Amino acid sequence: MSDIFDRAAALVSDAERVTQAHLRTVALPGVTFGLITLDNGEDHTKPNTFGPGSLLALNEAIDAALADDTIDAIAVTGKPFILAAGADLVSIQGGGPDAVRVVGELGHATFRKLQDGGKPSFGLINGLALGGGLEVALHCTYRTVMDSAPALGLPEVMLGLVPGWGGAWLVPNLVGADKAVTLIVENPLNQGKTLGGQAAYELGLADAVFNGADFLEQSLLWAASVVRGETTVSRPAIDRGEAWDAAIERARGIVAAKTGGASPAAAKAVELIAAARDTDRDTGFAAEDDALHAMSQTPELLASLYSFDLVQKRAKRPAGAPDRSLARPVTKVGIVGAGLMASQLALLFVRRLEVPVVLTDLDQERADKGVAYVHAEIDKLLAKGRISQDKANRHKALVSGETDKQVAFGDADFVIEAVFEEMSVKKTVFADVEKVVSPACVLATNTSSLSITEMAADLEHPERVVGFHFFNPVAVMPLLEIVRGEATDDATLATAFATGKTLKKTSILVEDSPSFIVNRLLGRFMSEVGRIVDEGTPVSVADGAFAGIAPMPPYQLLSLVGPAIALHNVETLKGAFPERFYVSPALERLVAARKSGYYGPDGQLDPSVEELLEKPASPVVLSAGEVRERTLSGLAEEARLMLDEGVVAAPQDIDLAMIAGAGFSFWNGGLTFMLDVLGISEKVSGQRFH
Amino acid sequence: MSRPQREVVFVDGVRTPFGKAKGQYAETRADDLVIKSIRELMRRNPSLPPERVDEVAIAATTQIGDQGLTLGRTAALLAGLPQSVPGYSIDRMCAGAMTAVTNTASGIAFGAYDVAIAGGVEHMGRHPMGEGVDPNPRILSERIVNPDALVMGKTAENLHDRYPTITKQRVDAYAVRSQQKTKAAYDAGRIQPDLVPVATRSAEAGWGLATTDEPMRPETTMESLAGLKTPFRSHGHVTAGNAAGINDGATAALLADEETARELGLPVKMRLVTYSFVGVEPEVMGAGPIPATEKALRLAGLTIDDIGAFEVNEAFAVQVLAFLEHFGIADDDTRVNPYGGAIAMGHPLASSGVRLMNQLAASFAERPEVRYGLTTMCIGIGMGGTVIWENPHWNGLASNGADS
Repeated sequence: MSDIFDRAAALVSDAERVTQAHLRTVALPGVTFGLITLDNGEDHTKPNTFGPGSLLALNEAIDAALADDTIDAIAVTGKPFILAAGADLVSIQGGGPDAVRVVGELGHATFRKLQDGGKPSFGLINGLALGGGLEVALHCTYRTVMDSAPALGLPEVMLGLVPGWGGAWLVPNLVGADKAVTLIVENPLNQGKTLGGQAAYELGLADAVFNGADFLEQSLLWAASVVRGETTVSRPAIDRGEAWDAAIERARGIVAAKTGGASPAAAKAVELIAAARDTDRDTGFAAEDDALHAMSQTPELLASLYSFDLVQKRAKRPAGAPDRSLARPVTKVGIVGAGLMASQLALLFVRRLEVPVVLTDLDQERADKGVAYVHAEIDKLLAKGRISQDKANRHKALVSGETDKQVAFGDADFVIEAVFEEMSVKKTVFADVEKVVSPACVLATNTSSLSITEMAADLEHPERVVGFHFFNPVAVMPLLEIVRGEATDDATLATAFATGKTLKKTSILVEDSPSFIVNRLLGRFMSEVGRIVDEGTPVSVADGAFAGIAPMPPYQLLSLVGPAIALHNVETLKGAFPERFYVSPALERLVAARKSGYYGPDGQLDPSVEELLEKPASPVVLSAGEVRERTLSGLAEEARLMLDEGVVAAPQDIDLAMIAGAGFSFWNGGLTFMLDVLGISEKVSGQRFH
Repeated sequence: MSRPQREVVFVDGVRTPFGKAKGQYAETRADDLVIKSIRELMRRNPSLPPERVDEVAIAATTQIGDQGLTLGRTAALLAGLPQSVPGYSIDRMCAGAMTAVTNTASGIAFGAYDVAIAGGVEHMGRHPMGEGVDPNPRILSERIVNPDALVMGKTAENLHDRYPTITKQRVDAYAVRSQQKTKAAYDAGRIQPDLVPVATRSAEAGWGLATTDEPMRPETTMESLAGLKTPFRSHGHVTAGNAAGINDGATAALLADEETARELGLPVKMRLVTYSFVGVEPEVMGAGPIPATEKALRLAGLTIDDIGAFEVNEAFAVQVLAFLEHFGIADDDTRVNPYGGAIAMGHPLASSGVRLMNQLAASFAERPEVRYGLTTMCIGIGMGGTVIWENPHWNGLASNGADS
């Protein structure tokens, strides 16, 4: 076998933005450091990364520092605000089938010189340090961290990988298994949560923490005192007994709850942490190499990288959105209605846009009730310390309730309706509003299923109407479907997207169509499952068929959404597409009986609900696998039809919507990517989505 | 209200190592140099609760860019001082930090402050002298100010005219001694305690750490100086070798009411006696320290013979020698600039006043036989500034420590 550095050199390509490793000596009394600065020559918006070329550059700098007899100790830090953001996934992806293994071994071979080289080493974490960026510091004998560093973490599991440059073995051996589980498993599965510098220090990842104003100076002075023996670094002993088992048990619980066992990377990471208790470093690193290689062969890795790209890039530049320069300023927002949804919208708009928001209703009492709701929510945020008193005062003062539409909307730039989901009601509302607003005022509707085109049809200015569909709970769910009606013009659309961005939502453009993206697909999902259960398959089998596929079992989802809303959705869809959508008589009975869901508080099927279920004469009982296959086939058909109809620009929009609006999995790549991987797309339509 | 007499003391002072323009601080911000100095001052005096700082006065000659934005206030915030601590900016050209000290000291004596931070910065690499200036046309049309006044090197040549006995030989010899004294002071570890190391960014070379004054040229000889150009006047006297360079650096000092200092357990390195600023012809600004010192001595009721230690800013060797000649002090008197001066260490304009004070404080600690010392400097647009200090370590044995 040839030298790993030679093998890696063959992988270096022009596609990699090489992070250089500049070596300089820094002489302090009694100690001369070889200070290595990682710097890719870009500003902080393009962080340092490690591809093969970058690792070889670092290897060369470490070798030079080790070979220089005037250098007593090595320190590694990064360009301003950034240590490194981990592996350069793009250049590694392009390196062929062996690239992951080679780059994995190269990282180990390079980083471990920091501990095996015979000179003490210091990782000076001066800012962002993710994945390999944190691991390079973990290999050092000692670490300091900047208290204000924005993000430290090992997010690999989120991406379908494991911390394979030493992290999976070094972290549990540095801070114990429980904290390792938090860092390596729990945080990545918690939407990629990262730690600030101070928190990372408290977790034990660094031996000293310094203020950002003179972090590097104080780190080097501290390091010098360590080398001179004036400062002794002590770390708490690690409990390798029961605590280790307990941590692994906890990790398994987290993985089961968050992935249903569907993410091989999460399970593998737990395995590596478990093994790190008794294995030596060489064995641990070899296991990481094997794990990285194994992960690189899984569809979940590609799916995760695909999802990462969706939420990092496509979510920020929505496909089909008009040029943002066309957007008009929104200096005042009007809301038609003052019920719960309207009040939630008011809270969101006032917190994000910080402009006057007026809730309207037929009588002042109802309008005031809406305002009171918003004020109470603001007070809750204040009590939790999430906002200051001044901010609370400002936001409360911006919300008002009004019955006179002229007063409320006369100078508004954006009016959104959140009234009863009935076309005639909405049309009346918009006709009334149009009488009092300026011609340029955007009229937005939060309808979840009605036609935007039809809603705008009788207005004087139909071009100003746009769909603005939020997901419940409005404050939490990131997705916003922005719906273009036939007449909607670019200025209106651009204003809607600009507003969505200020609201910090993931906006996706949808053409006017029944139930848009998420509700149409969930409607199809519930149609298929409903039909299967009505034909005789037990609810428990149906609910057990989607582990690792859907965010939750279908009948739990139905309870969460609310049976009435779910029923309304499938009815709308059946009206539009009677041949594919199915309204379950059982569901109709459930709604008529005002049941809030299928399950009782004990988590068991509610016996009173069970009586309302269909009782087919000759039940057809499917297996969980058959339920899954049939339902996913339905979804594949529906997604393909949506693309053929031009509802969205590309399958990427469907997947982003299902991840952001319906909680579909990152590591499955949302919906269509998963359907490709499972082979269902081709079976259904003869073609893949990707 | 009654107003008790309050003594003002110099508690501590620090500075960054000084840099050559486009040198070690080429990619380091001016405000960061100040911030690191303030933080070092607070770190060295942990018994001072940060909220007890009543004022932060920071000087800069060119108050734009990273030396603008009410630097004293922004630097205080960025240094992590509490939001309740106010700050402001000061400009008196080269005597900026000296003025920051005398202003805040006056506030302490008046009873408005107990504790203050005073300092200065000049990043001449980023902000060359005269950047963005817009001189009033009346300077020329009405001959109110000789245009030479705006070019410091020309004012130094003009000073040679006034003191014809100060020859090129004498200024060069003074410059060589300044380099040698600074080298010796570094070798003896006398400068390093005043310094706060500064991380230096370089996109090309990576991070480094500034720990010494970059401008030093200990290898300087009379021969090497003889060959240098005299850019301000053909066949003149003033060269890059017998003048301070174009430099980057910052300083910060902690001043306090003496009783407050003792209450908080802060050290007392010097006690303020008095100060004065006096104007002279702008085109001979180097003469400024002479009347400023005469006035300060008069205010203090002292004579030049009472002064046992001098820290004279070396903007130009001729300006130091004019001062010494005026007061009948020898060019190589050991009471004057014992650790060398700006010719070797550098002179980042508005920062230098506190460097002089740091070094006078070190002299005081080393020489308890000295009772009084002074810091003095010439100031652009024709001024001089002098601050007289008393040595709290004075042992009462000798009156002035003169070695004659």
